[in-house]
Amino acid sequence: MTDLGRTCLYDLHRELGAKMVPFAGYEMPVQYPMGVMGEHLHSRAKAGLFDVSHMGQVILRAPAEALETLVPVDVQGLAEGRQRYAMFTNDAGGILDDLMIANRGDHLFLVVNAACKEADIAHLQAHLPGVEPVTDRALLALQGPLAETVLARLVPGVAAMRFMDVAVLDWEGAALWLSRSGYTGDDGFEISLPEDRAEAFARALLAMEEVAPIGLGARDSLRLEAGLCLYGHDIDTDTSPVEAGLTWAIQKRRRTEGGFPGAARIQRELAEGPSRKRVGLLPEGRAPMREGTALFDSETAEAPVGTITSGGFGPSLQAPIAMGYVPAALAQPDTRLWGEVRGKRLPVRVAKTPFRPSTYRT
Amino acid sequence: MKFTEEHEWLRVEGDLVVVGITEHAAEQLGDVVFVELPEPETQVAKGDEVSVIESVKAASDILAPLDGEIVEVNGAIVDNPGLVNEDPLGEGWFFKMKIDDLAALDDYMTEDEYKDFIG
Repeated sequence: MTDLGRTCLYDLHRELGAKMVPFAGYEMPVQYPMGVMGEHLHSRAKAGLFDVSHMGQVILRAPAEALETLVPVDVQGLAEGRQRYAMFTNDAGGILDDLMIANRGDHLFLVVNAACKEADIAHLQAHLPGVEPVTDRALLALQGPLAETVLARLVPGVAAMRFMDVAVLDWEGAALWLSRSGYTGDDGFEISLPEDRAEAFARALLAMEEVAPIGLGARDSLRLEAGLCLYGHDIDTDTSPVEAGLTWAIQKRRRTEGGFPGAARIQRELAEGPSRKRVGLLPEGRAPMREGTALFDSETAEAPVGTITSGGFGPSLQAPIAMGYVPAALAQPDTRLWGEVRGKRLPVRVAKTPFRPSTYRT
Repeated sequence: MKFTEEHEWLRVEGDLVVVGITEHAAEQLGDVVFVELPEPETQVAKGDEVSVIESVKAASDILAPLDGEIVEVNGAIVDNPGLVNEDPLGEGWFFKMKIDDLAALDDYMTEDEYKDFIG
């Protein structure tokens, strides 16, 4: 193992009493003294501050057409000042990573997953000119119903942004690269800023009583309630965007024209339907069904029909929740399945996601 | 009160031993969201996985600390798993056992020894 990296907010996390764990090559805060449940509910009720500086930030000075050769998303149609969810696909139609693409006028700005960032950058560099990894900026997420209220005290311009807008705004001489987006299903912002100003900015937010620091534990339960995929778990090189239920991210022109890796499989699945689908799952009892839980179509069937890819407890629902893959014929909401937990078959119901309605400011 | 290396506490109550998890364990587990208890009148051997506890983070087993019989379980923590965090040494108890040999308790740690153990 190589040494773990640290974000520029490491000392602040320790000062705040975080429990640090290895994650994607970094020592990251999994929780603060408030605890996963408390942090989750705080982020839903007020505003949560997340350090996501381990994620990859990349400036791409290449034409939108060029990036479209790597993603099945309409980049040419992305207006300046707007952001769009995307995924890198491989020739087999699997997903190499999911990412955000922003159009910042004279360049594109990408945010990719921490665990994939080196591979993503190599992939971009192998196919495109003008790939500039950003290595001197932190990335924070501020999420929750009071995110705009608290952020506007420092940066009044954010109030004019709507969901998936991007903007560059000043905070005491530092250029903040903002997007109105996040990974919790709630309104909020992601904020890229110079590393040498990140701690002061985070402290300015944390000084407000509405804002609490939130660790990776609650980040996971928040995104699971929102029905959002976690790369390496709910999506990976074996799953296609169609199986994963991400077809909303593949705009019409790209569906028709193709021209992205794995187009043959993805277009076929779009036309004929995939053989399996990612679904939300609500265990009927109180026992959480974790990642890896086998799913069966009866209490006695020998062979499983699917597997849970993310599962745990939803603090806002006060109930266990999960996601997983099942055959298309079993993907209808309210279909009853059984998950095998500690040798026992427990009933679980297919459910629509998000489990809790999103509160984006569209 | 005695303590095990699996972070369980044992308290003698008449001819029974009450078993629960320590404050340290409850804190490490995080918010408990699910508890599965054994059936009363079950004979168990030391080390048997008799109970499951799930927090927001992960599942853990509770082991039988001694040979004996489970005689009573605390249904309140099934209905309200948060009790395990709120009052691990009191209302958050797990089960009561009738044990074959009370002297076996002597093998476990005292409170001071447990405090040293968790550092």
